[in-house]
Amino acid sequence: MAIPLAYNLRSVLNRPMSTATTALGIGLTVAIYIGALALAAGFKASLVSTGDPDNILLLRKGADSEISSGISLEHSNIIKANPAVAVGPDGRPRASTEMVIVVNKPRLGQTGSSNVMLRGVDAAAADLRGGLTIVAGRMFTPGTDEVIVAKRIAGRFANCNVGDKLRFEQRDFTVVGQFTASGSAFESEIWGDANVLMPALNRTGFYQTLVFRPKDPKQFAQIKKELESDPRLQVDVKHEREFYADQSQAFTTLITVVGTFITVIMAIGALFGAANTMYATIGARTREIATLLVLGFTPFAVMLSFMMESVLLALIGGLVGCILSLPMNGITSSTTNFQSFSEMAFQFKITPPIMVQALVFSALLGVIGGFFPALKAARQTLSRSLRA
Amino acid sequence: MFKLVLVNLFRNKIRTFLTMASVTVALFLFCTLGGVLDTLQESIKVGSESRLVVRNKISLVQWIPMAYRQRIQSVPGVKLVAVQNWFGGQDPNDKRGFFAQFAVDEPYMAIYGKDFEIVQHSDAQAGVAVPEGVDPKLAAFYLERTACVVGQKLLVKKGWKIGQTITIAGTIFPGDWPMTIRAVYHAKNKSFGEEVLFFHYKYLSEKGLGGQEPVGTYVLELSDPSQASRVIQAIDSQFENAAPATLTETEQAFSAGFVSMYGNVPFVLRVIGLAIVFSILLIAANTMMTAIRERTSEFGVLKTLGFSDGAVFRMVVTEAAIITLGGGLLGALGAKFLVDGSAMTSGFLPPMSVYWSTVITGIIIAVVIGAISGLIPALQASRLRIVDALRRVD
Repeated sequence: MAIPLAYNLRSVLNRPMSTATTALGIGLTVAIYIGALALAAGFKASLVSTGDPDNILLLRKGADSEISSGISLEHSNIIKANPAVAVGPDGRPRASTEMVIVVNKPRLGQTGSSNVMLRGVDAAAADLRGGLTIVAGRMFTPGTDEVIVAKRIAGRFANCNVGDKLRFEQRDFTVVGQFTASGSAFESEIWGDANVLMPALNRTGFYQTLVFRPKDPKQFAQIKKELESDPRLQVDVKHEREFYADQSQAFTTLITVVGTFITVIMAIGALFGAANTMYATIGARTREIATLLVLGFTPFAVMLSFMMESVLLALIGGLVGCILSLPMNGITSSTTNFQSFSEMAFQFKITPPIMVQALVFSALLGVIGGFFPALKAARQTLSRSLRA
Repeated sequence: MFKLVLVNLFRNKIRTFLTMASVTVALFLFCTLGGVLDTLQESIKVGSESRLVVRNKISLVQWIPMAYRQRIQSVPGVKLVAVQNWFGGQDPNDKRGFFAQFAVDEPYMAIYGKDFEIVQHSDAQAGVAVPEGVDPKLAAFYLERTACVVGQKLLVKKGWKIGQTITIAGTIFPGDWPMTIRAVYHAKNKSFGEEVLFFHYKYLSEKGLGGQEPVGTYVLELSDPSQASRVIQAIDSQFENAAPATLTETEQAFSAGFVSMYGNVPFVLRVIGLAIVFSILLIAANTMMTAIRERTSEFGVLKTLGFSDGAVFRMVVTEAAIITLGGGLLGALGAKFLVDGSAMTSGFLPPMSVYWSTVITGIIIAVVIGAISGLIPALQASRLRIVDALRRVD
């Protein structure tokens, strides 16, 4: 017969101080674990949600990011004329040729500077890339020295408020609006008209990216084959979504590796703490355990019971960790994504699966930390225990 | 009296071990995180104050023309000018294995001559004069347009050999780029980096740019470092209204620019470090309290024998401090010896550094934690009345 769980619950509550310190120790470990996962999830979310699932993106063959790519005006016209490209109601192809470069700008509220992505777009871009919402001011007027800035980075760099001037090379551009883009990577960018920005930045003749909507998205494989095998073009053809997801890979991997490293080491520390507490508990309750054995509970039941107690303790810690980590949710932070060599703003994103994962993690800490102490409890011989 | 402390430490070996181990682990982590911050600091020091870097004002990614070279060279105080171009290629067999490649021109090896030494080299087929101030062992490198020089660590990591022709796939400059390894260097200065490949700028401009000559950055050596700010001013004002405008800074400021790109990552690391310290404090305090509670009657006996309250207090505090000091020493020194010098995965940083100041901070923290966690139980023990201590039977 199993020992009732209430027994463990009561003994945990019986030593509030010891329970609290152990739980808090485990809780901090869990909180850091959640933090690392939330950071990776938030970063990934902003890149994975970028673009439209139907859109097709073209880069120069071999280019691994937008800034290292280049597509000439001539080639972009060949691609736009391809019959696979959808045509908009205005009779023009639903395609956007874009200039992408990084501009170095001083940070606000922090020393130093960082790179911001500046995207010169076609008039078709807003409709094509979708999800763009102007939250302050208005959209830029094509053909003028006007730009719009993503809301997320507006607070992180100087001169990004509506009405401010941003200087690129010898020309001043006026910020006329701020935008959001449903949490995507575009929320770390500055947008303007490609035809105005390119000459201003001495970048005539070459675009970086071409994005278009195909007439029939199911034909992707065929379109890819056709364009990639065209000897004139020398391009790589990808799903827009897939490209941005790839861009997040290096950073997400780095965060996951660093986060796991920190968590594993902290977990070892927390395990020692949990084991210590359990050893002390069992040491103090030698006679109690003996009594349980005399009453006829099997050593296995005793062991199980103490394991349960350890898991219970760890789960309390896990809950504490979840609560401690909650204020992190939604915090916006930014760092350089070295794959695109520009600043990426992202939000910590604590999702229910991450919470569940954290609780499982804490329970696991309890199981491992409680195993040897519980074994010790179960192996006590009656004669010695009762004498103690 | 110290003997008593020792006996107490060894009477519950598992507990002493577990506590010490958790302090060790925590301090190891604390010093490793501190090490990341140290590494960022170290990478700011990469540059000497006597070297300048000229880049496009817009950002590093934008090029500047080769035509600027002459004009920069003629600025008084500039001794040498070299071209340094980021290549951004990949090993076609290992696309994720990032390493840096730079296309450089002749004076480059002279400017950085003091930062590395050549440990392996091919012999030159013909007698060739190397530029002034360059190690003659580089003769074979200078003789061959497709030659390259690689760092020792990179050579070992990739399993390359001297004389081998390797292929790098370009991302910015399309195509496959065969290169022959003609020399291997060892970085004398940790910040110079030993996982870098250098090749000829001429190869890049002729093959990749069709003879065009745009430049990523110019590296300058000054004849007098104290003139740095004057030279910076002279160069930037010269190109102020040109397209493109330039931005000149000391190499140190240039490296610091990369560090500032990490944004508030250092702040996050600091927060994590503090969380770790706090959690070990809890673990250690908890252990000490249980340890003292168990020995209540013993303290009664000690006091009966004539040990003063102060002596009992000191005994408990010492016991706690020894446990945490032991763990602290192990963890902090472990971080120093295991982490220091190991390579980071993220490309732009030099190998990990853990400063002694970080190690010592860690050890001090450990001792303080020991003292604090011992304080409450020690107070309890010293205030204990003999009657109460001995009355308890359990």
